[in-house]
Amino acid sequence: MAALTPAPATPPAAGAPAQAPSQAAPQRPGPVPDGAPVRRPRTGRRRPRVWRGAVLGLAGAYFLLPLVSSFVFTVHTPGQGVSFAAYTDLLSAEGFTESLLLSLGLAAATIAASLLLAVPALVAVRLGSPRLRPVVEVVCMMPLVVPPIALVTGIATVLRWGPDHLAATPFYQTFIAVQNEAFPLVLVLAYTVLALPFVYRSLDAGLRALDVPTLVEAARDCGASWPQAVVRVLLPNLRSSLTGAAFLTLALVLGEFTIASLLGFRPFAVWIVTISGAQARMSVAVSILSLALTWALLLLLSRAGSAAGAGEGTAPAAPKES
Amino acid sequence: MPAAFARPTSTSTGRTPPPSGARLELRSLRRAFAGSVALDGLDLTVEPGEFLALLGPSGCGKTTALRMVAGFDRPDSGEILVDGADITAVPAHKRDTGMVFQSYSLFPNLSARDNVAFGLRVRKVPAARRAARAAELLDLVGLPDHGGRYPHQLSGGQQQRVALARALALQPRVLLLDEPLSALDAKVRDSLREEIRRLQLSLGITTVFVTHDQEEALSMADRVAVLNSGRLEQCAAPAELYARPATPFVASFVGTMNRLPGRLAADATVEVAGHRLPTDGARPADGDVWALVRPENVTVAADPEGEATVVASAFLGAVTRVHLALPDGAEAKADLPSREAAGLTAGARARLGLAGHPVLVVSRSAS
Repeated sequence: MAALTPAPATPPAAGAPAQAPSQAAPQRPGPVPDGAPVRRPRTGRRRPRVWRGAVLGLAGAYFLLPLVSSFVFTVHTPGQGVSFAAYTDLLSAEGFTESLLLSLGLAAATIAASLLLAVPALVAVRLGSPRLRPVVEVVCMMPLVVPPIALVTGIATVLRWGPDHLAATPFYQTFIAVQNEAFPLVLVLAYTVLALPFVYRSLDAGLRALDVPTLVEAARDCGASWPQAVVRVLLPNLRSSLTGAAFLTLALVLGEFTIASLLGFRPFAVWIVTISGAQARMSVAVSILSLALTWALLLLLSRAGSAAGAGEGTAPAAPKES
Repeated sequence: MPAAFARPTSTSTGRTPPPSGARLELRSLRRAFAGSVALDGLDLTVEPGEFLALLGPSGCGKTTALRMVAGFDRPDSGEILVDGADITAVPAHKRDTGMVFQSYSLFPNLSARDNVAFGLRVRKVPAARRAARAAELLDLVGLPDHGGRYPHQLSGGQQQRVALARALALQPRVLLLDEPLSALDAKVRDSLREEIRRLQLSLGITTVFVTHDQEEALSMADRVAVLNSGRLEQCAAPAELYARPATPFVASFVGTMNRLPGRLAADATVEVAGHRLPTDGARPADGDVWALVRPENVTVAADPEGEATVVASAFLGAVTRVHLALPDGAEAKADLPSREAAGLTAGARARLGLAGHPVLVVSRSAS
């Protein structure tokens, strides 16, 4: 690109003996490099357009074909025509409501737990000891490296200690309570660990866009105590990254199968797999529904995130502009 | 701008009388960070209503001192007093200070109006009074129509005005300004500089202004405190600081200074480049000294027989700065009215004159 730059500059300087253009030529280092890159896309613009279409088409086919064929499979039986029975039967299917509600409850608890854990920790690291940041990052990223299967083996081992070693202690009751079928807290603990990398990434990006120490000091100078500074200044400015963290966690929990299944609980994902053997059609229908449900929740959350802060939504852009 | 400025100021003083400025005292403040000393026993008193500039190179401790007054940092030893009351142990949010930060520190999620009213909201002031006070303050800083804008919709200068309004909202007894102008471009900086000063005068608020820009300090402050390596070098009115620097550091840090080799005579005069000059301030014991002479006190006349050679000259508008090489190898800078500098081009011979001002001398072996 550098080689191109002098080329457009020479013709006006050499071709025009008048003073104005020759003066303008050296003054215009800005427009000239601007002009150079413009050329390339112009010659190549038709090609990207073709490529864009092709890539879009391929990707679309890759995502939509299975969806469409799944949908056709659920509503069309060869020789019997179209019927939505698979969907209507769902609501009355045994375990559907329970497992779905369980999953949503687990998701809510996991979101609360991971945010309560991560927000104070990350804010404290930003304010108190920025040098610890790499350490915190590595710790938070760890669950990505450890496969869930390894995690669940560890959890199962620990849970087995209960009857063996703790039967005589008050901890035993805790162990039992944590494994309560109706609301297995142990899953919330496991999911909080699994969600940590996503929550960390999302929050870290939000915090990075803010000058946290100065904002807190400004708030304190205005008479706000520490908790007030965090609640009134930091959290509102982190709204979009909090929403992002919540959504990623929600999606993770709704789709998690390995841990729940191996520990013997039956949230939504496990229920789908359970019924797929007996009622193939319904299990596919339920998968499509869960996909739609996730999308709907995503839309709702992101809408909530941006609508709640018409001004706040644009907040992270502020430091760049100033 | 000035018109928009004067009117609300008078109404604000009429309706809500600002607290008359408080006396701020710093007593032997000491602070070390991981081995390096930021403040090494700083003593400083800011009189009620005074505008004091803390001036010094980066790392001299001026920001540390300001942050201690705000309560963001604690001294290792020493005390901070406001009107005689020790506030050293009072947490930041309970102190009566208002601070403007170098980086625009407005809350990005709040409009200008809500930023100004933030402190009032924290103190649970009723909404109606909050709104009235925010409007009054935005008026005061010349942004009456910008209350609904968010920080990212404001220019840098406007953001600092809002920050100033926010700092004044709680009627602090001490206003702290931490290089509030250094992130702004030159034009905005100049106008905001004047406005801050005018506002400070009309409110009569005790103000501490931290800057590394000597022009800012000299033009705005009642007194300038020059800090170096955590110590106070001199605290004096701008004109005195410039004319009678107390230490070699102040002499070289504030304004431009020539260091010319000279010999100290017994009668307290110094011989510099063939001229005999009276001396000022402390005199070192030994005879070989540096004489510190301001460029505007050096005169130059084109003279083919002259002992000095013009090395370069730079036209600066009203004055021209002429760089001269002296026969003994020293270099001198002279600021001349531009119309007198016509013949003094590089290579010309010239005669050096040193006006009769007393000069500061420092030992040559020491520095």
